[in-house]
Amino acid sequence: MNETARRIASDADGFVLEAEDRRAMAHERDHYEQPQAACIEALKIVQRRHGWVPDAAIPAIAEVLGVGPADVEGVATFYSLIFRQPVGRHVILVCDSSSCFLNDYEALRDALSAWLGIGYGQTTADGRFTLLPVCCLGACDRGPALMIDDHTYGPVAPDDVAELLEGYA
Amino acid sequence: MSVSRYHCQLRQGAAERRAETHPLTWRLREDGAVLGLDEYVEKDGYAAVREVLTHQSPDDVVATMKEANVRGRGGAGFSAGMKWSLTMKGPGIPRGYLVCNADEMEPGTFKDRLLLEQQPHLLIEGMILGAYANHSYYGYIFLRGEYVEAARAITRALEEAREAGWLGHDIAGSGFDFDIALHTGAGRYICGEETALINSLEGQRANPRAKPPFPGQSGAWGKPTVVNNVETLCNAPSVMRHGAKWYQALSGELSDDGGTKLYGISGKVERPGLWELPIGIPGRELLERAGGLRDGRALKTWLPGGGSTGFLLPEHLDKPLDFDTIGELGSRLGTGLLTVVNEDQSVLALVRNLEQFFARESCGWCTPCRDGLPWVVKLLQALERGEGRRGDLEMLDKLADDLGPGKTFCAHAPGAAMPLASALRYFRDEFERGVAPPARAAQADPMPVGGA
Repeated sequence: MNETARRIASDADGFVLEAEDRRAMAHERDHYEQPQAACIEALKIVQRRHGWVPDAAIPAIAEVLGVGPADVEGVATFYSLIFRQPVGRHVILVCDSSSCFLNDYEALRDALSAWLGIGYGQTTADGRFTLLPVCCLGACDRGPALMIDDHTYGPVAPDDVAELLEGYA
Repeated sequence: MSVSRYHCQLRQGAAERRAETHPLTWRLREDGAVLGLDEYVEKDGYAAVREVLTHQSPDDVVATMKEANVRGRGGAGFSAGMKWSLTMKGPGIPRGYLVCNADEMEPGTFKDRLLLEQQPHLLIEGMILGAYANHSYYGYIFLRGEYVEAARAITRALEEAREAGWLGHDIAGSGFDFDIALHTGAGRYICGEETALINSLEGQRANPRAKPPFPGQSGAWGKPTVVNNVETLCNAPSVMRHGAKWYQALSGELSDDGGTKLYGISGKVERPGLWELPIGIPGRELLERAGGLRDGRALKTWLPGGGSTGFLLPEHLDKPLDFDTIGELGSRLGTGLLTVVNEDQSVLALVRNLEQFFARESCGWCTPCRDGLPWVVKLLQALERGEGRRGDLEMLDKLADDLGPGKTFCAHAPGAAMPLASALRYFRDEFERGVAPPARAAQADPMPVGGA
């Protein structure tokens, strides 16, 4: 069983919402007129802890917020930055919008793919990186741009890929 | 390391930026660091709030904003004062929400990022004025999840403003109460559509809502809700501080639209970037400030304000970049950040890239958008491979029309149709070259119909 499969198995079995996360969700709920509004933030809270949102987290969130699991599921499947399967320790978001496209983004994408040995939507076998496309990152004056975890880089040339990614263990 | 972290920076240095001419950016620090509360207040910050909340009525604010003709900087160009005048308010009507749309995701657009990361107090001040004018009791900054640095700056600024009494109960001793929460998104371009944004704020899927009722009548949780773009709100403090006539004079003879604009340019130019300039300057000025195209290439075409605006030609470079003029040319000013295409670059490939974006980002609610956009992508991909069939161009014409204004639930599909229709009009030969000769076309698979 590879790293990814192991994590799916362990996280889906016996999912427990940490008390601290439960409290954080309840706190978020108070920012809004109705509890459903805290749904996206609650999903992000789970994701911050586990790296992704396992199926078993859905009813747990629904219970804390007092909304239906189907409502939480509907939201969880809509938003692109809520991950419904395990991702790597680092998530690479590659801007594929027009300005980066005009600045030869495709060569960067191909270099990333080659270095990682994966395509969009995939995770490296060692669980280190996940590669995803993303909407215009708003870094068009420095394209092609990408994000790794919380940091945005640009311009990134295909030759920069190895050095850049080696900084992420 | 050879790759640098991205940091949004205005191209204009401090020497060029003055309070009288650069209301959005004159306070920005030369080092690009975020402006803290003390420095903001030292530079006349929150002066408009103090003045307005104690000496003017909410209706005065609406009237001044209307007279200044601040047009919505999110792309639609609707008068902010007009929008504020349409909000339901008064006795018996519950106080509602003021929402700042900071979900900047329009392809080619990187302007709100600057204000959010470096001057969050200007936005907060603008939101307080907007809330006062619209009788809003609470505000949200709807920020895209990827703007991590902006989230940090806003969170800190909200704390500072609250501690100093600019947010909360009885702001500046005026009796007016208002507070703001930061709401960060989780992706999806459609969240920038104002009714989809409201659904997302409520913790639902970001499908747009039917209008009417308009958000100003019934928005978040059924209450009057005003949604304004970051840059629009950032204009309010200077308008209220210096008056509508002063604001109008910033653009002077250049345009009937008031004020300045954060303009930008990207693509293969020497120095892509962002400038605050009077609204109505011509595109050529931006191209010149950017040092022209890289490698001595010639300009083929340009988008005036993001992926959902129509292509324009080099001959349009001398037209004023304002909402009405660019509209009359059959495009839209949109966000006012130009994307340029050089003579070697394929418009067909760029349109395919844009339509892939719009197809992926469709919320899937209504049929023309959900099924039409993937169909457009398939046709464009076939043309790119040189495997287009006779009739494909006419089908693209029809799809561009069927995706146009009034035929879908929201403005997403019409936005997608704009670059497509204009590319078909100006660069039809590029599309025609993608149609295979009859012998090869006959062997091609039947055209796929429907969704991806």
